[in-house]
Amino acid sequence: MTAQIRPGTAACPGCIAAPAEPVQPVPEDVQIALSLPGIHCSACIATVERELNAVPGVESARVNLTLKRAMVQAGPDVRAADLIPVLERAGYEAHELDASALTATQADKAGRDLLMRLAVAGFASMNVMLLSVSVWSGASDATRDMFHWISAAIAFPAIAFSAQPFFVNAWSALRVRRLNMDVPIVLAILLALVTSLWETSLSGEHAYFDAALTLTFFLLAGRYLDYRTRAVARSAAEELAALEVPRAIRVTDGAEEEVAVSALTVGDLVRVRPGGRMPVDGEIVSGRSELDRSLLTGETLPVFAEPGQSVSAGEVNLTGPLTIRATAVGQDTSLHRMADLVAIAESGRSRYTSLADSAAKLYAPGVHILSALSFVGWFLYSGDIRTALNIAAAVLIITCPCALGLAVPAVTTAASGRLFRKGMLIKHATALERLAEVDTVVFDKTGTLTAGTPELTNLGEHSRSDLEIALALAGASSHPLSQSLAQAAREAGIKPARVEDIVEVPGYGAEGQYRGQRVRLGRAAWVGAEQGQQTAAWLAVGDRAPVAFLFTDSLRPGAAEAVSALRQAGKDVVLISGDAEAAVAALAERLGIDNWQAEALPEDKARRVQALTDAGHKVLMVGDGLNDTAALAAAHVSISPASALDAARVASDIVLLGTDLSPIADACETAVKATRRIRENFRIATVYNVIAVPLAVAGLCSPLIAALAMSTSSITVSLNALRLR
Amino acid sequence: MEVLAYLIPISLLLGGVGLAAFIYTVRSNQYDDPEGDARRILSNQWDDKPKP
Repeated sequence: MTAQIRPGTAACPGCIAAPAEPVQPVPEDVQIALSLPGIHCSACIATVERELNAVPGVESARVNLTLKRAMVQAGPDVRAADLIPVLERAGYEAHELDASALTATQADKAGRDLLMRLAVAGFASMNVMLLSVSVWSGASDATRDMFHWISAAIAFPAIAFSAQPFFVNAWSALRVRRLNMDVPIVLAILLALVTSLWETSLSGEHAYFDAALTLTFFLLAGRYLDYRTRAVARSAAEELAALEVPRAIRVTDGAEEEVAVSALTVGDLVRVRPGGRMPVDGEIVSGRSELDRSLLTGETLPVFAEPGQSVSAGEVNLTGPLTIRATAVGQDTSLHRMADLVAIAESGRSRYTSLADSAAKLYAPGVHILSALSFVGWFLYSGDIRTALNIAAAVLIITCPCALGLAVPAVTTAASGRLFRKGMLIKHATALERLAEVDTVVFDKTGTLTAGTPELTNLGEHSRSDLEIALALAGASSHPLSQSLAQAAREAGIKPARVEDIVEVPGYGAEGQYRGQRVRLGRAAWVGAEQGQQTAAWLAVGDRAPVAFLFTDSLRPGAAEAVSALRQAGKDVVLISGDAEAAVAALAERLGIDNWQAEALPEDKARRVQALTDAGHKVLMVGDGLNDTAALAAAHVSISPASALDAARVASDIVLLGTDLSPIADACETAVKATRRIRENFRIATVYNVIAVPLAVAGLCSPLIAALAMSTSSITVSLNALRLR
Repeated sequence: MEVLAYLIPISLLLGGVGLAAFIYTVRSNQYDDPEGDARRILSNQWDDKPKP
């Protein structure tokens, strides 16, 4: 829902030109970011760039097809609202993105940094490998020494530069007296370098420069894959956040001006147009309208709004313009207070240990003990510290978690890529592992299982003339019920009646004159009818008894498939909603969900999820509203649709990009498969170790065997991960 | 074996050129839009004259 409703920008040219206080110096050039979800070919690129460049004031426009985005460099008087119609006329859907929310450039720097280190490690390891191959194939005496010295000259600066991330991580773990995967890595690299240098200076036979470099290269490759996966998810998540440009219309002495929401203070008068979202908590000063609270409470029935009533940030204004006086802004709004609930719930989740971490916990001490034991053993046996050190280094290199470092990121990259193509965004690194364990699925109703758009249910019960009048009145209104009614009537082939003097009465409905009679379409109380349990719009023609048009929330596409697929997979499906009992019961029956709860407060939802967790269930929570955020954060793993409120998306691990819900069941299956692959990869890596470690401990491991074992295990692990695509 | 005195510097140099070229492409944002660039090259829009 959020994706479509956007606050109207540029009220009128006059408001923009109005002398606003200098909040910030006007920049010479503005950078406008536009999201273009519909572009897909080279013709699109050419058209969009041509159209944008033709707009006066635009200096340059460049389309990025990978991100489906256009960046426009323009003069200070060009606004996104001027560019969007231009593109729409050319046939492309365009949305403004909040350029400040897109921190892509900053994130990119870290990625670029890793890529650079990877390139240096790759270059150095290939050169050193060439030199090593000639050593293995029989270079001896002075030639071998020279090759070793050259290798050392390449390896030392290359490792000093490219292995920095490992050094930093290992140091930060050691400083708090803990062990992580990076500690054995760093130890292996350093020990290999030092013993090799020592050997070289004594014209020894074995040098492990190539092993140290290939190790760095493979591990960096794993890190880079890991980073890429998360960067893709983060940039898509950022884009969703950037779609909501945080602006509000402030009224000062009767003049309207558009300001950033962060600039509002308590006591400001804020105008909210129909279709707009409340930027702050406040009290209505003037205007009458209806409010859609579904994202906050899950209620589908719009609430009547009149002066004196208080509103919360996040509610959507439906019919008439409202002016509100801000009573709480920014961090104090109810929207943000809800975020505190989330923070509390989230602290529970951070206790999850990922597969990689638990493997590292077993692995790191084992490696160190093994290596130390072989050092001590050989020192006692041969009395030669050089031999002993050499063998200890060989053991560390062989056991170094090269394949382990690749085992998880390679699988997560493949699985996330597969799910991304199906429209799911994996935001959290361990989300897939957690998703694989799920046995209970909790759904929210409004906006999650239902699309949040009303659907007329009793079109057939009305006479044709009533429908014609209703269509004429509904066609003039932008209220969601009216629009749905008008659409349904038009699809049934109804032509609007000639109703004259139609006026929309904000908060109540629409009124007009039809053949000398007053006709009204709107709220029950306004037309003189009794409000029932179900969402309804009432039509009153003259003095005749009003008739009701009943609505239900239409099901989201794929909702029924998702629920039945999840049940088939043996998972419990639970429905918890803040909506009225009748509506929830009807939906539960339609989808075949036996276990449901209505009129649940946000705390109830979170408590229910917590209770399920305490009973030993692994809960997947699917929800979109603010009332779901605490439950989303409390669940083992959570999914929210792209239309969800920002706070809900932030609290969840996975975001559904499309409107279709059916990928959820599929995602669970993919997650199970991915976890199985990860475990398989661990096993493969262990098998290689089991074969090579005895050789290393026995002192039979040459640098050639080390290089072979390391490369083959890394490649097998990557190939195994690719089977998931 | 004197040939090594030439070959090793040459191989290092060539590898270094490759590395430098790669670093140049990363620094000049050439991997920002792989999909778009793959399609742009097929467009004949600026075939006759360079983009102003």
